[in-house]
Amino acid sequence: MFSSEMFLLVAQGFLESLYMTVISTTLAYVFGLPIGIILVITDKEGIKPSPVVNRIIGGIVNILRSVPFIILLVAVMPITRAIVGTTIGSTATIVPLVIASAPFIARLVESSLKEVDKGVIEASLSMGATTFQIVYKVMIPEAKPSLITGAAIATTTILSYSAMSGFVGGGGLGTIAINYGYYRSKTDIMLVMVAILVLIVQIFQEIGDFISRKSDKRIK
Amino acid sequence: MAEKNMVTDNPIIQIINLKKVFGNGDSAVTVLDNINISINRGEIFGIIGLSGAGKSTLVRCINLLEKPTTGNIIFDGRDITLLSGRELQHVRRSIGMIFQSFNLLMQRTALGNVCFPLELAGVPRKEARIRAKQLLETVGLADKENSYPSQLSGGQKQRVAIARALATNPKVLLCDEATSALDPNTTQSILELLKELNNKLGLTVVIITHEMKVIEQICNRVAIIANSRIEEIGTVDEVFRHPKTQAARKLIFSASGYSEEIKVTGRLLRIVFDGKSADEPIIANMILKSKAPVNIVFANTKNIDGKVFGQMILKLPEDPETVRMMLSYLDSVNLTYEEGKFHV
Repeated sequence: MFSSEMFLLVAQGFLESLYMTVISTTLAYVFGLPIGIILVITDKEGIKPSPVVNRIIGGIVNILRSVPFIILLVAVMPITRAIVGTTIGSTATIVPLVIASAPFIARLVESSLKEVDKGVIEASLSMGATTFQIVYKVMIPEAKPSLITGAAIATTTILSYSAMSGFVGGGGLGTIAINYGYYRSKTDIMLVMVAILVLIVQIFQEIGDFISRKSDKRIK
Repeated sequence: MAEKNMVTDNPIIQIINLKKVFGNGDSAVTVLDNINISINRGEIFGIIGLSGAGKSTLVRCINLLEKPTTGNIIFDGRDITLLSGRELQHVRRSIGMIFQSFNLLMQRTALGNVCFPLELAGVPRKEARIRAKQLLETVGLADKENSYPSQLSGGQKQRVAIARALATNPKVLLCDEATSALDPNTTQSILELLKELNNKLGLTVVIITHEMKVIEQICNRVAIIANSRIEEIGTVDEVFRHPKTQAARKLIFSASGYSEEIKVTGRLLRIVFDGKSADEPIIANMILKSKAPVNIVFANTKNIDGKVFGQMILKLPEDPETVRMMLSYLDSVNLTYEEGKFHV
């Protein structure tokens, strides 16, 4: 079953999956992190309460999160084409991956930042900290272990989304699994792809948990 | 006492007609009403009340962590309720604050925590570290600079918090139930540290507590807060000698261990002794003079702000003439006494 030709195909798929996951996760954080921060500080218990901003952003996040990824994948194709020039291949898949995961990441970030002790924030305010200083000197460093755990969850979720994009020619391990396993009924190949995906998820999760534990100064 | 010389009548904080209401409409709750306090430069000022009395809200109004509904806060001659956000952030660096739950940054070392307010103020890193090391030494934690808060005891955490609060050279230190989470020995050592800082740096200290013994130990003056209002305000020994209100009596007697379980009928007399009267057998003389026995209902001694005080509650005889003789004897030896029910 595994000719050298097949091996090269799988190796390429593996790299494509990795590429989509890493780039999409990074870009999704570029959007998701600030949105998560805004959600926390504009909350009614936050340091700059603003019910209007909070409700509008929260609403958009909820809408995007309730659209199933496979539908979103197809629905955003015009946007994908406008940005990348094509809707096929791993680079094109990054667009729907970012749109789908940024709101999810915003919620992950929000819940991590909300774990930060209110008393510590109050103490920082009493020392004359600005809103910006509280965000980047208090909230983010204090929530770091939880943010890292969140990042591991986000990465693995994005990896599984990227595999789903195989149905529309998204590239990576997902495409191989669908083309060979589903359309050509080669179950063994599909199982190998699934095994590789499981392995990658395990590795990402383990690394995330390890860094999170290492960085947490509360347990020593 | 020499240290008293630093206490001047020049107020550093004036709270004027402060009112704080939470919520609005039907659900509005007035937590503070008609609060007027003037805190002098260099004094240790206590604010005591039972939980729910509004004292934590009051201390948060001083640095505007809570915005007063109406009223003014004058700090060092400026009405800080009128300041813009940025100006207020600046003023807050002159008002340090410590908390019951310490509120340290858990992901920073002791040194990192003390550096934190300096970073906020834009002090260069090197300079901040030098100053932070000095401060940790001042609070007796020079060897703990690389420890994280999770590796420190409660008392050590509060010391780090004090060092952190002092980093920007504040004029005032606000202490919100700062010893309430600590055991008695640690409480003692933290109070001694606060007293020392007050002496050495001329730091004005404002202490919020529900424990009378904290007030007795280090405060010069005290305000008693109950039902959202200031019930009584004065020097600690004055309030101890002549509590004017029910709220003050309640705090003084319950801190002394005098309980309402002691049921006595008839007229009671509370006598307060200070160190000067300790040599004279006053009660014995009073009995000899009036030729009538008295029943001692309750007695104890305590240390208030470095002075020893004793108090005694006596049951008076029925005969008014005997009582008159007793009181005139007490007057002749200049003792403080008050008649009352003392059922708290």
